[in-house]
Amino acid sequence: MTEITSLSLFELIKNIKEKKISSNEVAKSFIDRSEKSKKLNAYVTENFENCLQLSKEFDNKPNFDLKLPGIPIAVKDLFCTNEVRTTAGSNILNNFVPTYESTVTQNIWNEGGILLGKLNCDEFAMGSSNETSFFGNVQNPIAEDLVPGGSSGGSSAALAANLTPVTIGTDTGGSIRQPASFTGTVGLKPTYGSCSRYGIVAFASSLDQAGPMSKDVKDSSILLEVISSFDKKDSTSIDFKRNNYSSELTRNIKGLKIGIPKEYRVDGMPDEIEKLWKKGIEYAKDCGAEIIDISLPHTSYALPTYYIVAPAEASSNLARYDGVKYGLRSSGESLIDMYEKTRSEGFGEEVKRRIMIGTYVLSSGYYDAYYLKAQKVRQLIKQDFDQAYNKVDAILTPSTPSSAFKIGEKSNDPVSMYLNDIFTVPVNLAGLPGISIPAGTDKNNYPLGLQIIGKPFDEQTVLNIAYSMEEKINYKNYISDWWMQ
Amino acid sequence: MTIDLKTVKHISKLARISLEEKKAEKLADDMNSIFEFIEKLNELKTENIEPLTSIAVTTLRFREDKITSDNIREKILKNSPEKNDDFFVVPKVVE
Repeated sequence: MTEITSLSLFELIKNIKEKKISSNEVAKSFIDRSEKSKKLNAYVTENFENCLQLSKEFDNKPNFDLKLPGIPIAVKDLFCTNEVRTTAGSNILNNFVPTYESTVTQNIWNEGGILLGKLNCDEFAMGSSNETSFFGNVQNPIAEDLVPGGSSGGSSAALAANLTPVTIGTDTGGSIRQPASFTGTVGLKPTYGSCSRYGIVAFASSLDQAGPMSKDVKDSSILLEVISSFDKKDSTSIDFKRNNYSSELTRNIKGLKIGIPKEYRVDGMPDEIEKLWKKGIEYAKDCGAEIIDISLPHTSYALPTYYIVAPAEASSNLARYDGVKYGLRSSGESLIDMYEKTRSEGFGEEVKRRIMIGTYVLSSGYYDAYYLKAQKVRQLIKQDFDQAYNKVDAILTPSTPSSAFKIGEKSNDPVSMYLNDIFTVPVNLAGLPGISIPAGTDKNNYPLGLQIIGKPFDEQTVLNIAYSMEEKINYKNYISDWWMQ
Repeated sequence: MTIDLKTVKHISKLARISLEEKKAEKLADDMNSIFEFIEKLNELKTENIEPLTSIAVTTLRFREDKITSDNIREKILKNSPEKNDDFFVVPKVVE
């Protein structure tokens, strides 16, 4: 049999249900491989001992009716896990041990999943390369000294390196889809309101969504079915009828209309991205879809809008880190002095930068010029999509304007780093579901992804198109295990 | 528009983040390049556009005014950097 760690989630579940392998064997395999992969720096906190214990307990009293029977899963360290340290990649939460569980992770444990560990990420999910983490860079398993994308960079690296069968990330401006694209994996950001935000360390509340990351589309459908739920504990959770995403998954997309937005052909886009996109259009046609040219006229305003809305919300959300109730405290002569020193020492440069931008755009005299203006442009961006969806069922674009870059290449230039999210950010602003699937490679053999964007709550169509195209693309991730000791 | 050092220092006060002089200069440069990029929004006329405040078209739900948690005082205090019995401890506020 192929190695356990290279099996898909679907195959693992099948093998466990047929009693060909035990949960404990699966846990041991992933833990063993994770132990040999420290060089990737994918984990912030390991939960290996506990995971082995819980897998034994599962094997002693197995329940094969569960959707994730005894499956070990590592998750992004932005999800609060009861009694397991949760850092959000920040020094300010270095010693934080939650006394409650996020709804999304609770849903996974309820279906038989077992926590393998907490995965590295950009500090408070602010970054596109995992370089802003207090716990250091993460290596992309594709090649040495390459970023794994971000902010869910530990998640994408652990997944591509077979350290976890599937994982979950969060996506505020592309933090699931961009790292998936950089590592040759699949990442889905659901519709805003599909997965509960309860217990997820907040970044920008009107944009944050949790979602699955996996080696193939089918696995994402299985995981989405588990994590998506209506939750009273999240005031923006939406009570809609959720599909049985995995059993309703089909490759029959005949007659679906797929839009190609001309505004995504941005200045300076590398030839290889343009080629990949054209290839994607051909694949979609081969799958039976009808291709329609569309226009999303306000696309170029999405990033500037995002860099007002997200920092503004972040500056409010991060006001809670004051050194009083939890997290780091630096000593100060007065209460104010203590606040200022704690926040100065506890937050990293990018987080401070964003808090400053957010505080500025919300400050007296500037609110209308920046925040209100951005909210109005956000309306225009959403209307672009509404109008496009009168004509099409989904939209096909590249996931990112480039493949993975070298560690350090963009870390001194915030704006060039932000440009990485140019194709993913509009989807968050409009609250839509979007998936990135691996679709080819660049001249260095680094993976490139295509993004499929759907109508609100229509994850099923997004998954079906991705599932159908995935078969035609037939992408194989080449990983040489160069980091193994 | 440019953001000067004085403004950066004022904002850092509002944000309760102490800043060293050297870092404040770097931050002013960064903020200026980011705001240059943000200024693009001024190309658009938005007088008659309704701001989009929430993407989830829902009205906030009501719930019964009932206590749903047990005594969780210990849990709440568990992660505090400094506590004294049932209280969070902070540097002296009142003279």
